[in-house]
Amino acid sequence: MLLTEERAAAKAAAQPGRRPRCDWLWGYGLIAPMALGLAVFYLWPIVQTLYLSFTESGVFGGQTWVGVDNFAALFGDEEMLGALRNTLLYSLLVLIGVPLAIVIAALLNVPGLRGLGFYRTLYFLPVVTMPAAVGLTWRYLYNGDFGLINYLLGEIGIDGPYWVSDPEFAIYAIAVVGIWSSLGYNAVLFLAGLQGIPKHYYEAAAIDGAGRMRQFFRITLPLLTPTTFFVMVITLINALQVFDLVYLMIDTKSPALAGSRTIVYLFYEQGFVQNSRGYAAAIAVVLLALILALTALQFRLQRRWVHYE
Amino acid sequence: MSRRWIVHAVLLAGGLIMITPFVWQLVVSLQTVTESMRMPPTPVPSWQWHNFADVFRTVPLGRQFLNTVIVTAAVTAGQLLLCSLAAFAFARLEFPGRGPIFLLFLAVLMVPGELFLLPRYEIMQGLGWLNTLQALIAPGVFGAFGTFLLRQFFKTLPRELDEAARLDGANPLQIYWWIMLPLVRPGLLALGLLTVMWSWSSLLWPLVVNTDPEMMTLSAGLASLRGQYLTNYPVLFAGSVVASLPVIVLFVVMQRQLIAGIAFTGSKG
Repeated sequence: MLLTEERAAAKAAAQPGRRPRCDWLWGYGLIAPMALGLAVFYLWPIVQTLYLSFTESGVFGGQTWVGVDNFAALFGDEEMLGALRNTLLYSLLVLIGVPLAIVIAALLNVPGLRGLGFYRTLYFLPVVTMPAAVGLTWRYLYNGDFGLINYLLGEIGIDGPYWVSDPEFAIYAIAVVGIWSSLGYNAVLFLAGLQGIPKHYYEAAAIDGAGRMRQFFRITLPLLTPTTFFVMVITLINALQVFDLVYLMIDTKSPALAGSRTIVYLFYEQGFVQNSRGYAAAIAVVLLALILALTALQFRLQRRWVHYE
Repeated sequence: MSRRWIVHAVLLAGGLIMITPFVWQLVVSLQTVTESMRMPPTPVPSWQWHNFADVFRTVPLGRQFLNTVIVTAAVTAGQLLLCSLAAFAFARLEFPGRGPIFLLFLAVLMVPGELFLLPRYEIMQGLGWLNTLQALIAPGVFGAFGTFLLRQFFKTLPRELDEAARLDGANPLQIYWWIMLPLVRPGLLALGLLTVMWSWSSLLWPLVVNTDPEMMTLSAGLASLRGQYLTNYPVLFAGSVVASLPVIVLFVVMQRQLIAGIAFTGSKG
């Protein structure tokens, strides 16, 4: 559909006199403001960050070229290795929320379900809530002494840890909040995907005597794989860049920071607290490489499990 | 029939988990400090309405609220105008280099936001714009995502529309403004709502570029409170409620349009 449209447009353009030449000027003129802004605030910064990552801030300001020193230093830096581990662990944990979103979407998609709007509001509320407020609230719920979570755990006989001040548990605690905040968003995407599955597949399956469960695993899940793939790509890209929740839930001097400092958190510390611009730029470049590599990997793996009609 | 009850039971149980933090935040925002640290937790507040007055008094919350409104409004208006102009050109006009330029726009989408921050900070420093609202607005009005999203909307409109208008002597700018823009209203609405949501809540950039509490947005303001008032959860939560309420209200009112927009980015994005 897209292709034929483009071809038709190309044909129209090839016919002389059909489109006035001044279209060119209009085209350039209308994209100019956006192109200029993207160049200044997006494209140029990319080039600049790449350059910075090979430099070191001088004592009197200015940058000196140090080659790959920053990158070499990064891979021997305990904090960076810890941040890599924490970020990957967090991302993996958040991906567990994806099947959860599929289940919620499938339940919301039950034909004739009453109260769809009500449930959608409930599940979507965390998505529209400011992450700063979300972080503060959960931090309170996680409090080791008077938090609701440990109180409830205590009721069933579990002695909960000091979640957000314990380096062992902090990243898991943050990941739960990450899942909680994105569940509604993902469920909305899955619901749209589910509604795109033609009804006649289910009708045919029902005639063949397939039960609800069998239909879910044999029809719904396979036909939903393009959406699942999209959601996983987006979720992973976002999870690899987590910052807000860590910043709000973990104190700057907390021992838990070692177990929960993420790549972007380290980038923030180095770039804007310590003012090591070059080092911070190198961290950002490593993050870019990580995101590109993992996204490319997902695109490679999709051939094995994504079904396109 | 019983199956339907199971569905409702599961959805309600999940919904309870989703909503509890909000309810708890509201409850604690109306408690005294002692109540908020009591064990077992007290689900009934003693209605300390003065917490809300306190948070406005102890931090420049009113100022930060105003800052956030100004920044969000300016960013959203700018995005809608600039993205729709560029999207219209990419979707409806022929010009050499259109494909490659559009690809360059898309490339920006693939790059994590952190790569822009250090150089942007230097730009703002150079302009003397640190601790100003324009430092928050200027980068925000440009966006590859919005251009891409609206281009999809412009592409769905029939070609006869521009041709008829051209025969009547309209130039592309007139076609854009009078004919096309009203027809892509659902797209503009979706982009507008998403931009409000992102802009209102964004943290990292406001945090680094504006360190003066008077120039902060609510998000950064709340974040900077967390160290100072950590023992005073009721006041902290009163601030959180004030900060997140506007977007929540907007969502409840415009729910259908926002969800449609997100679902659209899922299917076409």
